[in-house]
Amino acid sequence: MNTRILLKGKDLLGIKDLSTEEIMLLLNSATSFKEILGRDIKKVPTLRGRTVVNLFFEPSTRTRTSFELAAKRLSTDVVNFSGPSSSIVKGESLLDTALTVQALGADLVIIRHSSSGVPHMLSRHLRASVINAGDGTNEHPTQALLDAFTILEKKGRIEGLRIAIVGDILHSRVAKSNIYCLRKLGAEVRLIGPATLLPRWFGEFEGVKVYHDLETGIEGADVIMMLRLQLERQGTGFFPTTDEYFKEWGLTKKKLSAAKPDAIVMHPGPMNRGIEIASEVADGPNSVILEQVTNGLAVRMAVMYHLEERKEE
Amino acid sequence: MPKQLLDKKEIDRTLTRISHEIIEKNKGTEGLCLVGIQRGGVHLAQRIARKIGETEGVEIPVGSLDISFYRDDIRIRKKQPTVSRTEIPCGVDDKKIILVDDVFFTGRSIRAAMDAIMDMGRPALVQLAILVDRGHRELPIRADYAGKNVPTSKAERVEVLLKEDGYEDGVVLLQPGEDVP
Amino acid sequence: MMLLITNGYLVNPAENFEGKADILIENGTVKKIIKSEKPKKNNFKDNNFKDTEVFDAKGMYIFPGLVDMHTHLREPGFEHKETISTGTLAALRGGFTTVCAMPNTNPVNDNAGITEFILSKAQAAGNARVLPIGAITKGQKGEELAEFYMMKKAGCVAFSDDGKPVANPLVMRRALEYARGAGALIISHAEDPLLSEKGVMNEGALSVSMGMKGIPSVSEEIAIYRDIALAEFTGGRLHVAHVSTEGSVRIIRQAKERGVAVTAETCPHYFTITEEAVAGYNTNAKVNPPLRRKKDVEAIIEGLRDGTIDVIATDHAPHSLEEKTREFDSAPSGISGLETALILALKLVLEEGALSLMELAGKLTVNPAGILGLDSGIIKEGAQAELCIVDPAKEYVLKSQELISKGKNTPFDGWCLKGAVAATFFKGRLARW
Repeated sequence: MNTRILLKGKDLLGIKDLSTEEIMLLLNSATSFKEILGRDIKKVPTLRGRTVVNLFFEPSTRTRTSFELAAKRLSTDVVNFSGPSSSIVKGESLLDTALTVQALGADLVIIRHSSSGVPHMLSRHLRASVINAGDGTNEHPTQALLDAFTILEKKGRIEGLRIAIVGDILHSRVAKSNIYCLRKLGAEVRLIGPATLLPRWFGEFEGVKVYHDLETGIEGADVIMMLRLQLERQGTGFFPTTDEYFKEWGLTKKKLSAAKPDAIVMHPGPMNRGIEIASEVADGPNSVILEQVTNGLAVRMAVMYHLEERKEE
Repeated sequence: MPKQLLDKKEIDRTLTRISHEIIEKNKGTEGLCLVGIQRGGVHLAQRIARKIGETEGVEIPVGSLDISFYRDDIRIRKKQPTVSRTEIPCGVDDKKIILVDDVFFTGRSIRAAMDAIMDMGRPALVQLAILVDRGHRELPIRADYAGKNVPTSKAERVEVLLKEDGYEDGVVLLQPGEDVP
Repeated sequence: MMLLITNGYLVNPAENFEGKADILIENGTVKKIIKSEKPKKNNFKDNNFKDTEVFDAKGMYIFPGLVDMHTHLREPGFEHKETISTGTLAALRGGFTTVCAMPNTNPVNDNAGITEFILSKAQAAGNARVLPIGAITKGQKGEELAEFYMMKKAGCVAFSDDGKPVANPLVMRRALEYARGAGALIISHAEDPLLSEKGVMNEGALSVSMGMKGIPSVSEEIAIYRDIALAEFTGGRLHVAHVSTEGSVRIIRQAKERGVAVTAETCPHYFTITEEAVAGYNTNAKVNPPLRRKKDVEAIIEGLRDGTIDVIATDHAPHSLEEKTREFDSAPSGISGLETALILALKLVLEEGALSLMELAGKLTVNPAGILGLDSGIIKEGAQAELCIVDPAKEYVLKSQELISKGKNTPFDGWCLKGAVAATFFKGRLARW
C-alpha cells in the first residue's frame, strides 16, 4: 500500500529545511490547485473553519493579496495584521504580537518581516504553523516554489536545466530560496551580478557558479530569473548608477540572444523597467512573468493545505 | 491468507453487469460520462467505459476526481501518497455523471465527490456505481449500481486489487493487522 | 577558627608550583601551605586540630581566586540586566574573586563620581572585588578624553570604551599618549565601525545564506593594526580585548615579536564555538565581536598556547530575556559568561590538551593581574585566602535558568559540562551562593 507523504515540519520557514520529496509534494499538489483556479467556482471547502492570519510587518500588497486569496480559495477565514493600525507600531514586542495572534485562534500565521529570522523565532513560540512570506534578506520560500512550478510547467523538468539568476543576489531572499530549491531539484544554477552584490561567499555554495558578466553567464541558459533591483541601494556604494547597472546587467533582447532561443524569462515583480529588464523582454515572447502570479496562488494553497493536513495525522 | 471475496473472473462479470445496467437505466449512452474517484475508482471507471463502448460502439468519456480538498475526514486520502489529478475532459455541465468507486463504506467519500462535482458545474444527473458495498453507512446515500454486498465488521478492511496497479485482479477482506499479500 | 583544605591539587602560577598540597587557613588568612606528594595531618603537628574544620579537596584543583579583566556589571543604569550584587555573586560562583567592570553603564563611568558609586555598591554587596574600568572618552562618544588621572585616583584600573570602538584615530592616539603619562592601560575594543556597518554576525557564506549582515574579520583586524601602530608610535600601553580572528592573532604575534607593549585577551566562546551557533537565529549566540569560523577558533587556541594571547576574560555581558527575544537584528550582543568561563577554559587542558593547567591558571590569574598591576591572583602564606576550588570530574547539564546572573543569555544552555567550581574563598571566607 502507498503511504502518505507529509511535510515533516510544523512550519514552512525556508526551502533550506525542505527535502526534495517535500518540495515535489507541494509542486504536485499545486497542479491540482491550479486546476481548481481554472474552474468557474474557484473555491474548495478544504480548510473550512480554519483561521489564517497575515502578519505583515513590512508592507507588500502583492504577496499579502496572493496569500489572502489563496487562503480564501481554501475557505478559511483570513485576518490581516499590518500597517500602522496594528499594535506593532505601539511598541508592543514582537512576541506579544505573535501571542495575541495565537490567542485569536490562528491555525496558520503568514509572516513577513524586514529582519531575517523573525518567522523562525516566532514559530518557536507559536502552536500555529508559520509560513515565511519573506524575512529580511533570508528566504521567500513560496516565491521559489512558484518559480519552480512555473519552470516545470514550461519545461517539463528542472533537473539538468541551466538556470541563471541575475541581479542583487546578496540582498535577495527570492534568490536565496531559488538557489536552494533549484539545487535540490538538480538544476545547474548560475548567479550573475556585480561583485558587490554577489560577494565571493557565494562561491562556497555547493553546485553554484558565479559570473560577473551577463552574457557569459546566461550563455545557453534555459531559464533566466531577473531580480528586482532595490533602487534605495543606489548611492550606498554597491553600484555607482542605475545607468551603468542597466548597461551591464539589464536584460535586453540583444543580450537575451546568448541564452537558448526558447529560454524563459522570469521576474518576481514588481519590475523596474529599463533598470534590470527592458520592456521588449518583459513583454516579449520569452516572458512568463504574469503566469508566475497565477501560479503563486496555486502554490500557496498547496502549502497551506499540506501544513494543515499533517496536523490531522 | 486473507479471505478472497471476488476473483478475477467475478470482477469482470460484475463490471459487465454494471455496464449493462448503466446503459439500460440511462436508455443509451447520450451525455454519459464516467468519473472515477481517485484512486480506487479510476481504473474501474475506465474498464466500465470500455465495456459500454464495446457494447454500444461509441467512446464514453472518462474523468478522474480527487476528493482530497472536499474531505471532512483525513482518512479519505489514506490510500494515496499525494494529491492526485482531477480531470474531467468533457466537463460536467448537463452531463450524466456516473461516479465510480471501488468500496462503498460510510458514504463520506461519495458526499465529498458530489460536492466536488457540483463545484465544477451543473450536471444533468449524478449516479453512483460501486464494486463492493461493505455497509456501515453514515450518510443517506445509496448506490445506483452495486457489485457485491459483503457484510463486514468496522475493524475489517476491504481492498480491491487491480492489474493496473500491478496486482492480480481480486477483492480481499483483511482482518486488523493483516496486509495485502 | 581554622580550616584545613586537604588532599587538593594546588596550581599556583605566582610561584610556578603545581602539586598536592594542604592549605591551613586561620581566621581567613593562609597560615601554612604544605606541599608534598602525600600530605599528612602531622604536617601541622604544631597546631591543635580540635576546632579545625576540614575541607576534603580530593581530586580537586585549587587555583588562586580568578581575575576577570572584562566584565559588564550593568549598574548603574541597566539593573534589569544585572546588578553589581548579582554580577559579583555570579563571579564567585564562577571562581572569580576579582572582576573589572566595563564603563558602558548609564551614566557611563567617565568620571570619578561614577567610579566611587560603583565601588561603594560593590563594597555593600560584599561579593567579589570590583575594579572599575573608566571610559576613554566622555560618554563613550569617541570625541573628548575622560579624566584619566581623577578616575585612576578614585580606583579605575584601566581605560576602555568597550562596547564601542574609538573610531577616530586621533582620539586613540591622544588616549594612548595621555595614558602613558598617567601610567594607565588602554583596553581597545578593536573594531572599525564603518566596516562593520550594521553587521550582526560573522561575514561569510553562513551570514549570506542566513540573510544576515556580516561583520567582516577585517573590521577587527584593521582596528588592531591601527591601535598597535599607535601604541608603537606613542609608547602607550595597549591591551586588545576579545580577540576573535585568525588574522588578529597573527597581527598581535608579530607586534609582540617587535617588542610593542601590547597584550591581548580572548573569551571562552571564541575558542569553544563557531558561527554555526547562531543557526536558527539563536540570539544567545549573538555577540560582538561575532563568533567566527573553525580556522579562527584553531588560531585562537594556538595564540593561547604560544602566549600571543595573555588572558582569558569572560566579557560577561548579561541581557534580559525580553531583550534577547527580539528579532536577531535588534537583539543586543553579549553572552552571560562568568559562571561558565573557567569550566569551558578547562576543556583546553582536559580535552584539547592545548594548555597545561599552569598555563591556564596563569591566563585567569597572574597574567590579568600583572597587566593591570594588581597583587590579586596569588596564594601565599600570610595573605588573605582567595581561592577557587574546582571539581574537574563533576558532570552535569548546564541549565541557563539556574545561572545566578540575571543574564540567562548563554549559547551553552543544555550543554553537558564536565567540571564545576566546588568552592570559592573570597577575603578568607567561603562564599555561599
